[in-house]
Amino acid sequence: MLRYYFSLALRSFRRSRVLTALMVLAIALGIGSSMTTLTVFHVLSGDPLPGKSDKLYYPQLDAESMVGYVPGQEPQNQLTRFDAEALLAAGRADRQALLTAGRVAVEPQSAEPAPFHADTRYTSADFFPMFDVPFRFGQGWSGVEDERRARVVVISEALNDRLFGGENSVGRTLRLDQIDFRIVGVLDHWRPHVRFYDLTAIDRFGGAEEIFLPFSTSRDLGLSRSGSITCWDSTGTDPTGLNAPCVWMQFWVQLDSPRKAHEYRTFLENYSEEQRAAGRFERPTNVRLRNLTEWLDHNRVVPSDVRLQTWLAFGFLAVCLLNTIGLLLAKFMRRSGEIGVRRALGAARRTIFFQFIVEAGVVGVAGGLLGLGLALLGLWTVRQQPASYAQLAEIDGLMLATTLVLALAASLLAGVLPAWRACQVTPAIQLKSQ
Amino acid sequence: MDFVPIMSTLKRHKTAAALIALEIALSCAIVANAVFVIRERLDRMSQPSGIVVTELIQIELEGIGRAGSEPSTRDEDMAALRAIPGVRSVAATNQVPYGMSSWNTSVNLEPDQMQPILNGASFYGSEDLLETLGLRLVSGRGLEPDEYQQYEALVERGAEGAVPSVVITASMAGRLFPDGDAVGRTVYVWSDQPTRIVGVVEHLQRPGDYFGPSDREYSMLLPVTAPMEYGDRYVLRVDPERREEILAGAVDALLEIEPDRIVSEESTTTIEQLREEFFQQDRAMAWLLVAVCVALLAVTAAGIVGLASFWVQQRSRQIGVRRAVGATRGQILRYFQTENFLLATIGIVLGMALAYAINALLMERYELARLPWQFLPIGAVTVWLLGQLAVLGPALRASAVPPAVATRSV
Repeated sequence: MLRYYFSLALRSFRRSRVLTALMVLAIALGIGSSMTTLTVFHVLSGDPLPGKSDKLYYPQLDAESMVGYVPGQEPQNQLTRFDAEALLAAGRADRQALLTAGRVAVEPQSAEPAPFHADTRYTSADFFPMFDVPFRFGQGWSGVEDERRARVVVISEALNDRLFGGENSVGRTLRLDQIDFRIVGVLDHWRPHVRFYDLTAIDRFGGAEEIFLPFSTSRDLGLSRSGSITCWDSTGTDPTGLNAPCVWMQFWVQLDSPRKAHEYRTFLENYSEEQRAAGRFERPTNVRLRNLTEWLDHNRVVPSDVRLQTWLAFGFLAVCLLNTIGLLLAKFMRRSGEIGVRRALGAARRTIFFQFIVEAGVVGVAGGLLGLGLALLGLWTVRQQPASYAQLAEIDGLMLATTLVLALAASLLAGVLPAWRACQVTPAIQLKSQ
Repeated sequence: MDFVPIMSTLKRHKTAAALIALEIALSCAIVANAVFVIRERLDRMSQPSGIVVTELIQIELEGIGRAGSEPSTRDEDMAALRAIPGVRSVAATNQVPYGMSSWNTSVNLEPDQMQPILNGASFYGSEDLLETLGLRLVSGRGLEPDEYQQYEALVERGAEGAVPSVVITASMAGRLFPDGDAVGRTVYVWSDQPTRIVGVVEHLQRPGDYFGPSDREYSMLLPVTAPMEYGDRYVLRVDPERREEILAGAVDALLEIEPDRIVSEESTTTIEQLREEFFQQDRAMAWLLVAVCVALLAVTAAGIVGLASFWVQQRSRQIGVRRAVGATRGQILRYFQTENFLLATIGIVLGMALAYAINALLMERYELARLPWQFLPIGAVTVWLLGQLAVLGPALRASAVPPAVATRSV
């Protein structure tokens, strides 16, 4: 029966080629555009650390002076150096790391390549295990090396390729800002789609840094920092000093159970109270402890243009579907005579409905396949765009399946009303008007 | 033309008529909002920056050792840059409009003010900055060479450090002193020491994109040298024809003075290029919206053509009868045109309401402004024209149905 309906559908398409082509094209355009934007949205809103994002937390403290105080408002999105170091030393979480952005000059030992500046992350030992950073050679440094302000460095796969031709460079020397560092680890390919651990950067989708070295060492050597810094008082000579009234540090903790998270929040509140008692904090205690997922949401990681585009594409899909419903209806009703004859010869309403829904489904599958092609083309176009997130726009298995399901569901949905109307055709009237 | 027979025909095809009206409504609503967003982006791109964009190039370079550890070669650098033929003026600065890095500070009217009035971008640099950027002074004067202090020395003095003079934009002056002339008035922008406004420039866009549209031009020029910590950034005002050549020559000249420096590739370029990159996203978005609008209108038109063709075919007997009893071709043509006009009108009325609903949603979520009413007639006329254009083919075919059809049996 299905095969018969299928051949009926094909015959009907042949009868009105232009109309059929129009319907397929409309569905394809709608599916193509909505899948393109949905894929970009899916990639950008993805979980950077699946399975761990509810265990990593980002503490915030309100260390500012009373100037500009509004009760209950969101505290600064970074910590002061004093607080970050104090929380690190307290060690109350399962894992914890402080981090901040920097920039150092790399001087290759050979003449080529010429010296260049590289984005650097100053952090502490737990950074690597906490964020599941993969290593190709060697490993990260330990807490002891943090304390000793050791001149050790971890480099990215790309930098290792560039400087050492991809060989195991662990133990070799890397000259940064005219100081020799020992390479202790080389990362494997690590490309979190969003630089989730530091959302203050202008470019959140540019990938991780090329160089990682201990924060303590960076302060010891006075390496230059970069990234956002906010100060609220006269800073004295050095805004990066231990007691400077400036926030420029990110701090992450890993808390393996909700109970631990609760305890850590209490610890933060107590810490904040202590600081107030000591006269360091002026504002009433106002702490935040969001997990990674919440922190990404709070910072609206998906660019608003991308969200707007997704809405737009689904609006477009809706128009395409309305269009298809209208055209299918016209097409089916034109065959009222044929339906009347079939009904008179004993076909049940159900059968008629089924026949027409099959026809709608065929249009949908054709539109979906063409739409998939358009989506691939659309994503290719997105990848040619300048925005740094653009190059991440690749379709995956999940989105591929979603596309086909969406196309089929959309066309069946579009087919329901026309098919239902078709099976309502009363045979008597049709036969009479013949 | 009589509306009544058309209405009664449409009533017999309620579902199809409703579908097409709904499609028109939805595309009308989306197109109105999309055109509005496009206009907003274009507006953003055409805002004045205050600087002579096409005459400027920027050079950024940094020493290889730790910042500030070597003696600065800034004076020597600037002298060398000035000597390059085609260079009209040279200045050091800490930031430029359309650049990535930005320096911002709160601006107060009282010392120890608890709620700052506004947050403004602070341009530091050298005495020729105003002239090099090509800013237009609308009142007062620029900064004098003897007013300049070294950033590092100033910071060293802590709360004692004072900056005596500042040049601000008209936009900032309007916010601080809505009642009148700002020149000669006092503000607090450095420690708790007073600073006198000595001049007002017409426009100067602040770098970066973190502040809302109303804060876009809250910028000021302070007589403070650019901090050493982040290397050296120079702006050159040059003959626009020779920008590329001067850029290459200038980098060579600077490296000759001190070769142990790294030139930042992405920042060492023309300001026009920086501007281009700054608005890349807006431009891409605007083009995307244009494409979607065209596709939407095309799909809608296709829907109208399809449905109208179907109706014409379905009613060919009635058309034949009407022609046989004396209707002219023009009357048949106008019948279908009027029908389409009615459907489009229903769609437009629905679409306008929908457009405002979508706009309200966007306003809430994406900080979009309210859709101005002027967009509604534009949308309406577009949809009417589109409908008429789409229906013309099928309507012409209808008017070509010969009266003989009525006499023929099916």
